[in-house]
Parts: sequence; C-alpha cells; structure tokens
Amino acid sequence: MSVPKNNYKFETRTIHAGSAPDPTTGARNTPIYQTTAYTFDSSDHAASLFNLQNFGFIYSRLGNPTVSVLEERMANLENGRAAVACASGHAAQLLALHPLMEPGDRILASKNLYGGSITQFSHAFKKFGWGVDFVDATNIKNIKKVLNNKHKCIFIESLSNPNGVILDIEKIALIANNAKIPLIVDNTMASPYLIKPFEWGADIITHSLTKFVGGHGNSMGGVVIESGKFDWFQSDKYPSMTKPTESYHGLVFAETFGDFGYSMKIRADSLRDLGSTLSPTNAFYFINGLETLHLRMERHCKNALKVANFLESHKKVAWVSYAGLVKSKYNSLAIKYMPKGVGPVFTFGLKKGNEAGKIVINKVKIFSHVANVGDTRSLILHPASTTHNQLSDDQKKYAGAGQEVIRLSIGIEHHDDLIQDLKNALNHI
Amino acid sequence: MLKNENIIYEDHYIRSILDNTKSIAMIGLSSSWQRPSYFVAKYLLDRGYKVYPVNPREAGKKILNQKVYSSVSEINENIDMVDIFRKSNDVDLIIDDIIKIKPSTIWMQIGVINFKAAKLAKINKIDVVMNKCPKIEYGRLSGELSWAGINSGVFHNKRRIIRPIIN
Repeated sequence: MSVPKNNYKFETRTIHAGSAPDPTTGARNTPIYQTTAYTFDSSDHAASLFNLQNFGFIYSRLGNPTVSVLEERMANLENGRAAVACASGHAAQLLALHPLMEPGDRILASKNLYGGSITQFSHAFKKFGWGVDFVDATNIKNIKKVLNNKHKCIFIESLSNPNGVILDIEKIALIANNAKIPLIVDNTMASPYLIKPFEWGADIITHSLTKFVGGHGNSMGGVVIESGKFDWFQSDKYPSMTKPTESYHGLVFAETFGDFGYSMKIRADSLRDLGSTLSPTNAFYFINGLETLHLRMERHCKNALKVANFLESHKKVAWVSYAGLVKSKYNSLAIKYMPKGVGPVFTFGLKKGNEAGKIVINKVKIFSHVANVGDTRSLILHPASTTHNQLSDDQKKYAGAGQEVIRLSIGIEHHDDLIQDLKNALNHI
Repeated sequence: MLKNENIIYEDHYIRSILDNTKSIAMIGLSSSWQRPSYFVAKYLLDRGYKVYPVNPREAGKKILNQKVYSSVSEINENIDMVDIFRKSNDVDLIIDDIIKIKPSTIWMQIGVINFKAAKLAKINKIDVVMNKCPKIEYGRLSGELSWAGINSGVFHNKRRIIRPIIN
C-alpha cells in the first residue's frame, strides 16, 4: 500500500480532491451533513462499524461526510496517506501527539513556534506528564546535542510565525529518521501550496485550517495528516500503535490498518475520547476556501513582497524580517523550500520603537487590528502584548516578538492601497 | 509493507477483478475477530462475495458462519479468487495447489510478495495482485475509504452508487 500517485496538478486537486457529486441527489457542491448520528442497517452492521471492520459513519464526533471530504482533500494536497480534521490547530497538535506519547516521554521542539504552541507544550502538556525541550533548530547541531531516547518526536514549524524563520526540513527529517522517531511539521503558515513537508522527509503534518486553508477568517479548525511512510514496528517506542488496544478488544492499529493506522488510531481513540471534533459547517467553509488556495497564496505573496520592499526603503523603519527579501538570512532556504513565495506574514520594527508602533497600529485604515493571520483582509498586530503575551521577555525576543515588533499579514487587496495606508500611518510618527 | 512501493496496478485492473469476482477462497483466514484477515473476510461477505475460509487448524469448524477447509483443493465449488494471508515465502508451498483449481485471480495481501509464484500464475493465465488488500481496494474505489479521511486518489465528476451492504 502507498500514497496514490497524483494524476492531476495541485490547482486541479484543490478543487476536486476528496469530493464527488452526492450519490443520492447528484448535488455537485459538497452538502453540509448537519447530523450527529447515522442509521445502522442491522445490529450486525452496527457492531461491525463499532469494531472498525466496516467503513462508515457512526456518530459525528468520530467522522462526518462533510468533514471527510475536507480530510481527504487535505491528505491529497499534502501528498499524504490520510488525515483527521478537528476543532482547531491546537486540537490538531494534541491529537498528533496523543498516540505517540506516554507519561514521562518528551517532545523535542523548535524554539521558533507560535506563542500559543509554546504555551500549550510547556504548560498544558506538562499535566499529562509530557515534557518538552525547546532548541534553536536553525542550527541542527543543537537538535543532535539535546536529542535522547525519551524524545518521541521532533516538532517544528516549516515557516514560523511571526518572524518567518525557515528551517532546513530535509536535514531535520534525516535526524528524526535516524533516531526512528517521526518529524511533525506545523505547515500552517506556508500551506501545502508553498511547502510540502512530506517531500522533504517529514512524517506527520499539522495545520491550523483557520488561517490560509479557510482563508477568509470565518472558521476555526485543524487537521493532522500522516505520510503513511513511518514504520511503527521498527522500535518498541510506540505501544499505542504496535500493541493491542484494550478499548478495541486487543486490536493492533499499525497492523490492522497498515499505512493509515496512525490516522485510524487518532480517529478511533484520540478524537473519540478527547472530543475536539470539527463541525460540518466549518468543514464546508474550509472546503470552499481550499478551492481558491492557489490563487490567494499567489496574490498574498505578490502583495507581501511589494509591501516588504516599501517598508524596507522607508526612512522611519529600522528593519524588516521577511525571507522574501534578498537581504534576509533565510533567503537561501526560501529559494530551496519555498520557490513560489514565502507567504504574507512578516514583522518589522520602527526606529522610534514601541510607542511609534502603537501609533501606526492605531492610524491604519485598511489593515485590521486582530489576532489572526491568513485572512483575505490585511491584518496588523503588536505580538508582544497579544499573541505572544504569555511568553517571558527572553522568549518574546527569541520568538521575534519583542516590544518594538509589528506583525503584518498581507491580504489580497490591491497592494497600492496597502502601501498608501501604511505610508499615511507612518506620517503620524 | 513499507518497501516495494514500486508494485503498482492501474485502477481499472483492480476494479475489473473486484467486479468480476463472486467467490473468494481466503488462505490463512483467522477465527479471532481482531485479526486483519477476519476484518477483510467480514467486509467482503458484507459486500456480497462468497467467502471460503481455508485454514488447516480450523478445518471443519466455521468462521463467520462459513465452513472452513484445510486446503483449496478440498473446495468443490468454483473459486474466482484466491486471497493469501501467508508469509511471502510460504506462497511457494501452496502455489501449485492454487493453480490446479484455476482461479481467475491470485491476490496476495499487504506484505505478501512472491515474484516466482506471480510468474507461475501468469504462465497459467491467472491475474495476480500482490501487496494489496481487497477490502482496502474495494473501499478505495467505491468511495467508502474516503469516509475515514483516507487519500483515495480517485476523482469523480459523476455520482457513483456505492454497492449496498447485503447482510
């Protein structure tokens, strides 16, 4: 078994993968199956579904016909084997780790993660007995130095938020592979249009669908995708995958379901018991969003480069951190991993610092002051006092979210209007 | 399972085998319900296939209400497909018996790969599938596998009727 080969190009698959006309009505768009339960044909059919012997829907906490279209489409776009969608990006991280981790196990994570992820890993997960070691993954020697046999995975962001650090995924994947542990990549900020982590050796991908996949800032959601290539039986590190599961009468997930065993384990065990289900209505918005992913990302990147160039040449701007700029130290990695563009989220600092930044945020008229990225609308934010507020000053500085930093998420409006808006706001300093 | 990804079959080949098969002898079918072979047999029975369990240790008993045979030669019925749940090398021990009953297809499960047996089958004009599961392929091509968020690689612009469950 393996990932099916793709007969169609990415742009065709964003629209068609996973969906088909409704078998009963012929409805061409994916209907919203707003239902909690599904009828069983007989008591034997019901039992076979509960025992996972038949494919089918039982209860929408575990799966739903609208949600499954989104799942298959995301699996297909990432060139993965299977996917499980859930209520948010944070839920996706919890679900991705749940089959891997036992109390006392540790995660080796990049220091350059979204602030919310750092908090989730270091505080919420601690209560499960899961430890975390954060390392500066821009130098892979740091990973090798810290890695030990308590680590059950390496977790990184392909493109980090807010400071746009691009990591050398291929080299990090090799380290994980040698240690016989999976590399998990949060691919939210890049989206599968800009980076495909499985092509560089990653084993598991997570997304906050809330950002570029949805694209319109209207729905919360997350997804976990497996490559289908990780060999769970090569070590005894993953008993949840390779030993009999008590709550399924001794079923061994990696054996019975082979290369989609991890997804089945997440769905049948983790999603069932942790309950962070995605609503079918939100799934519908994500399916619609995906249909224009390629067009939006193209425009996001084009606009962002123009705005970044404008800011870089502005006399009141101290620095711009955008991997798309030739001067950026991540530019060579950008050329390797993100030839189509480096996304529209980046940061800049003003020569006059924090107070001047507040003026810009208050004076813009098109940019919205919100805690989100990946919207069609252009967004502006002061990370130190909002998204990265929970972090210590040192952590903030490291995460590229120091006091003077302003984050932009460039939308798909006309770039001239965005530049003019920033120009006017900068005039108030 | 994770190697040999280069064994690739076109969808229309697999589809025509699954469409033209009515009876399946399953060699190595286990009587314990949490084993993968039991899952496959139950699924195929539910899709209307006639399943003949072959398992010397369970001969004479019943699995999923079907009489168990000790070898394929004992089955006195027309067998369209022989589905093999055995180690790759063990296929050498049973391939001659299988060829004698002249099935249309010899199907080896995920992880079961035996090129020598496949060559023998082809000489005898028997279709061969290796390293795949008929349950997963049926589910993939019918659309049912997609219900579990699995990438089927199948695209449809017309509505398709998913074959009803018989039981």
